[in-house]
Amino acid sequence: MDNNEIRVLIAKPGLDGHDRGAKVITRYLSEQNIKTKFSGIRKTPEQITELAAKMDANIIGISILSGAHLELVAELFDCLYKKEMDHVKILVGGIIPESDKEALNSLGVKGVFGPGTSLEEIELSIRNAHGE
Amino acid sequence: METNKFKKWREKVLKPFITINGERKSIFTTLSNQKIESTYNNQGDPKEEFPGEYPYTRGIYPSMYRSRLWTMRQYSGFSNPEKSNERFKHLLEQGQNGLSVAFDLPTQIGYDSNNEIAQSEVGKVGVPIDTLADMETLFKDIPLDKISTSMTINATAPILLAMYVALAKKQNVPLEQLRGTLQNDILKEYIARGTYIYPPKESMKLITDVFEYCSKTLPKWNPISISGYHIREAGSTATQELAFTFSNAIEYLNSALKAGLSIDEFCPQISFFFVAQNNLIEEVAKYRAARRIWAKITKEMFKAKNPKSSMLRFHVQTAGVTLTAQQPDNNIIRSTIQAMAAVLGGAQSLHVNSKDEALGLPSENSAVISLRTQQIIALESGVADTVDPLGGSYYLEKLTDDIENEAFDYINKIESIGGALKALETQFQENEIEDSAYVFQQELENQERYMVGVNTFQEESTENITFQKVSRREIQQQIKKLGSVKKNRDMKKVDESLRKLEKIANTKDNTMPAIIEAVESYSTIGEISDIFRKVYGEYSPTY
Repeated sequence: MDNNEIRVLIAKPGLDGHDRGAKVITRYLSEQNIKTKFSGIRKTPEQITELAAKMDANIIGISILSGAHLELVAELFDCLYKKEMDHVKILVGGIIPESDKEALNSLGVKGVFGPGTSLEEIELSIRNAHGE
Repeated sequence: METNKFKKWREKVLKPFITINGERKSIFTTLSNQKIESTYNNQGDPKEEFPGEYPYTRGIYPSMYRSRLWTMRQYSGFSNPEKSNERFKHLLEQGQNGLSVAFDLPTQIGYDSNNEIAQSEVGKVGVPIDTLADMETLFKDIPLDKISTSMTINATAPILLAMYVALAKKQNVPLEQLRGTLQNDILKEYIARGTYIYPPKESMKLITDVFEYCSKTLPKWNPISISGYHIREAGSTATQELAFTFSNAIEYLNSALKAGLSIDEFCPQISFFFVAQNNLIEEVAKYRAARRIWAKITKEMFKAKNPKSSMLRFHVQTAGVTLTAQQPDNNIIRSTIQAMAAVLGGAQSLHVNSKDEALGLPSENSAVISLRTQQIIALESGVADTVDPLGGSYYLEKLTDDIENEAFDYINKIESIGGALKALETQFQENEIEDSAYVFQQELENQERYMVGVNTFQEESTENITFQKVSRREIQQQIKKLGSVKKNRDMKKVDESLRKLEKIANTKDNTMPAIIEAVESYSTIGEISDIFRKVYGEYSPTY
């Protein structure tokens, strides 16, 4: 596969079913000619890793509104590491308290987006993360 | 000049109602001491409608809030049963008159707190309930015959209802006195909210079991709250919110009829749940149209005879999606406008969101502001002093008609597909909602619509607000408690009750008695759900 091509998996880990944002972003990125797939709701970090491997994703966009972001994102990093997929970059969007942004960044997350973030800003962050 | 029609309504409908129910004040006046009438009418207009009369556009009761205010019911629950019990009692002390329980996601999807899949979600968006012991703690010092309780629970609704019933028995409260509402609306979970477990047809079987059980045993209990709230929050328009909700309602009515219930036995127990969004007049029109649509569905489609069958009773919650993480204090203003819409639209109960919910769980302080918002609208604004105060506005009446007509077009379309269940199997509603959500987001990005602080009048600084946190320690306590309950229960009883449940789940018999027996033996929510998983299978949508 083309290494310069951006391939994004938008994924919802945990048990939270709110997928409005995830679907809107998936559709928007696809319309910007970025290859993007949505995992569906209620996926475990292992399932997300598998889906990412299947499409050779280089970006995973996590959408989570339940408050379980710190635990689930840490687990996802572990899963990717175990499968030797640590080149895959992770961005996170959802209901994320200001105080948790730092913690997510130090896990290695390349961007954290709260409510009200524009689609353009998310697209730009994805392109920047990919270009690093 | 009073028309005969008006006189007849006043004598035959309003006066008898007030004789029985009374009014909050002997006389209602404006701040300038002008007398406020019960209702105002465009007398002589051939389209004239009256509150408390079919099709109930202006309200289901003749004197509405002049007799009794809506129930102020703030949705809450977090961390563990102990902490949630404290919050409940605090809200009741502050003048709230009904409880509304938020359950955490593992409880909603039938996993015990110690299940690996649930670990990171315990206590996050609600209270964890593993066994009857947790329910006992959650309602400690709260007598079940004195309050009404609403439970936002769907896939595991029969189990939580069974626990509530078991608790009532322990408190020696007669079951016919239990008042409350079970959300129990699985169809919208497939369409918009996502906390399903079993395939749709099997889920419908469980729901019908609850209908049947409630009609026989819990006469004051609403066995379902058919919800447009989550459909709208997922991105639908106001019209789609009504259309998809009422299509689901038709599906439930059909399944209840098939189970042998009669329409006039079942309909009076049904309640609804809608959102209050920002566009005030559109929302008021929506509630008025909703009452009319329900009246027509029950009377014309289902031939209901009992007037109560045609009266739409509904709960309202303000719109979570309108809350902004930016300039969070503004959320108090948004929620106030939305709450006004609910009251101007004649809601029976109301929850007002807190300012910090775009960032996390509401603090105790901001939860109280939400309750105060309701109290100010009720006692200071005067909008509760006359029935349907905006009725007769050219704009409102036109919007009411338009929303009704458009919603019926959609409802008919879904009926022609074969009903809500068939339609959701082809993801019809889901796709429609997704389209609307995408259009709205684009309008925001193009500044064709505004969110103050987000795409206009932005400020640099982010405010630091404190909100409720769920500590790791509280989750560990919950898991430890589950362990000790499991250690101290009579395993023979547990095994017996679960075996019995599995046997019944394989038949057409009502599962409720067996579920109650299982929870009384302190079987866990996970153990009971696993029985159904084994018998019914699990649902997984295709993307």
